[in-house]
Amino acid sequence: MSSETIALSTVGQDARPIGERLHEWVVTVDHKKLGILYIVYGIVFLVIGGIEALIMRIQLVVPQNHFVSPQVFNRLFTMHGTTMIFFVVMPLLFGFGTYLIPLMIGARDMAFPRLNAFSFWMTAFGGVLLYFSFIGGYGLFGAGNAPDMGWFAYAPLTARAFSPGHSTDFWTLALLISGIGSIGTAVNFIATILSMRCPGMTLGKMPLLAWLNLIMGGMVLLAISPLTAAQIMLSIDRYLGGHFFDTQAGGSAVLWMHFFWIFGHPEVYILVVPAFAFASEIIPVFSRKPIFGYPVMVAATICIGFVSFSVWAHHMFTVGMSAYGNTFFTVTSMIIAVPTGIKIFNWLGTMWGGKIQFKAPMLFCVGFLFQFLIAGLTGIMLATSPFDWQLGNSYFVVAHFHYVIVGAILFTIFAAFYYWFPKMSGRMYNETFAKWHFWLFFLGFHLTFDFMHIPGILGMPRRIYTYEPGRGWEIWNLIVTIGVFFQTAGVLAFVANLVWSLWKGKPAGNDPWDAWTLEWSTSSPPADYDFAATPAVRSRRPLWDLKHPEDPDWKYE
Amino acid sequence: MSSAAFSGNTAEQQWVLPSRGRVGMFSLIAAESAIFTIFVVAYIFYLGKSISGPTPTDVLELPILGTICLLSSSLTIHLAVRALRNAKVGAFGLWWFVTLALGTIFLVGTGREWHHLIYDKGLTVSTNLFGTTYYSLVGLHAFHVTVGLIGIALAMIFTIFGKVQPEHAERAEIFSLYWHFVDVVWVIVFTVVYVIGR
Repeated sequence: MSSETIALSTVGQDARPIGERLHEWVVTVDHKKLGILYIVYGIVFLVIGGIEALIMRIQLVVPQNHFVSPQVFNRLFTMHGTTMIFFVVMPLLFGFGTYLIPLMIGARDMAFPRLNAFSFWMTAFGGVLLYFSFIGGYGLFGAGNAPDMGWFAYAPLTARAFSPGHSTDFWTLALLISGIGSIGTAVNFIATILSMRCPGMTLGKMPLLAWLNLIMGGMVLLAISPLTAAQIMLSIDRYLGGHFFDTQAGGSAVLWMHFFWIFGHPEVYILVVPAFAFASEIIPVFSRKPIFGYPVMVAATICIGFVSFSVWAHHMFTVGMSAYGNTFFTVTSMIIAVPTGIKIFNWLGTMWGGKIQFKAPMLFCVGFLFQFLIAGLTGIMLATSPFDWQLGNSYFVVAHFHYVIVGAILFTIFAAFYYWFPKMSGRMYNETFAKWHFWLFFLGFHLTFDFMHIPGILGMPRRIYTYEPGRGWEIWNLIVTIGVFFQTAGVLAFVANLVWSLWKGKPAGNDPWDAWTLEWSTSSPPADYDFAATPAVRSRRPLWDLKHPEDPDWKYE
Repeated sequence: MSSAAFSGNTAEQQWVLPSRGRVGMFSLIAAESAIFTIFVVAYIFYLGKSISGPTPTDVLELPILGTICLLSSSLTIHLAVRALRNAKVGAFGLWWFVTLALGTIFLVGTGREWHHLIYDKGLTVSTNLFGTTYYSLVGLHAFHVTVGLIGIALAMIFTIFGKVQPEHAERAEIFSLYWHFVDVVWVIVFTVVYVIGR
């Protein structure tokens, strides 16, 4: 397939001085370089956030432990949560989107390349600002301090009286700035997908990854903006003496909760919809079948997008809302399980009767299906408001949302890494190492998060820095911490595999998976201009049409 | 792989996609609308919840002149864009300047109103909830007007130096979408702050 490719791979042939090459990465507006920058940035923060989680689990491994102080523990869970959501998962998903969307829709770059670079550097600056709080939190007072009010920063913990120094301001500004970057990226995704498609690629013929990122972009516009607005209000409170969340002057702490969660819940779907997108590209290729129920997949995702904006207060059942409020948010939260269930059946329908190849990307996707189902089931349990009154703010909740974010989202991100690594680097990864990664991480994940549900049911609240012996929590906390070490070993295998394969991996060729979407028609890695000539497509699987001219898809679609 | 292999019948057909500038601007407007929605919700939620004075009834006066100017500027920017599309660069410059002037009058009006509230009525951001929400909402809108005026002034400078040509009509039109949005937001802010909330 490579005989007529115009661009030759330049891996290892770049002889320019290192300074010049680094400069090129800083000033680049190329979607592929920016995509890789996002991804590398996400991995760096994944390691940082992971180390924070590891320290917290070591602290909780036995009762009455003194590995870290209570103050440090508070900073750790705040920084872990903020880092993982805003500076790991979002950049990783945006990175894959930035890299893949133009390639999959047959465009040469994003609609606004400079806005793309601006968005990345805003996000990057936000992360740096957040971590600068470790040394700048108390400003001129000398001692360092990071934000310690939890990742959803409920009032009045953020008030000047309870958060002296600048740590909360660093947190606010970091989220404000990276939020502006996210809005820029969303504008870019939407404009690229609607206005840059190659000839023939009608909306109904787009790869599902493009469709789902389009929906995600729309959700970012409407969900990140409330967070931005709330951060502006918090800054007004802290710097100008405003009273938005100041209960002593008649302000409302509950209003902050509403503003935060009207961002916070759609945010979960902003993160999981691109994860769905990865699964929707990878599962068909490794099942050797086209996706089952393409239009239904799109419709279900749009439905999720709409409903996700009406469920936010299920995070607030324990606040004491009216019975009508509780009922409304219980019902809407349960309704969202319907389109999500449709998607799970469609992925299963894609695998049904297929010639399934259990390569690393497929293994991670199968793990995702299984774990996302369980995450959804505990989600339905927590959506029932009386059940939530019992278990709200317990380790059951922590286990539930880690099941979503690690078990579903991170698993598909790993799948995406292995699936598109050959395209991005031009080299194959090591399949044996990848299998080790999967099984270690899978085992560690289940040790940690399956058993984390139990101390929650036994009454262990989240965010406590230690606990008394004799409550029956010890053995579960021990198992949970042991699982973290397996996960760490898995991630080490992953990083080692990436680094090793980048230099020593076998050349991948253009299309190592015998896949069907446009990105596999260019060289690996793609040339600066992506496509030598603008492609034109007639079906959802243009490469299938090309490889099977006797039986093309467009005859049937 | 030959890219020519991809070209099917569709390649020869007319392939028209929406303008990326318009799509981008509408996306930005959607995001901005969400930000303003949150501020409007906060304003309405806190109406009458201040535990000390002054109240909106005590101090607010209808900004009639500013409102007329800002709303008229939507018409003038539309006329400017239409003139540019018809290749009448002179008429474009004139209407564009009128837009700039009307926007500036609005902004000066807001400034005078704030000066009056701060120095004569003693209302600041930290006085009470009304002050906090009022200055935030009106200030957020004034900030958007300021950004718009900077954009208009830049294009005005380009026009004076003869750099604006009829082929820039689409860009001017996309920018005018933003300006219309700022006007629509003012209609909402005016209704909420000066009509319902007073």
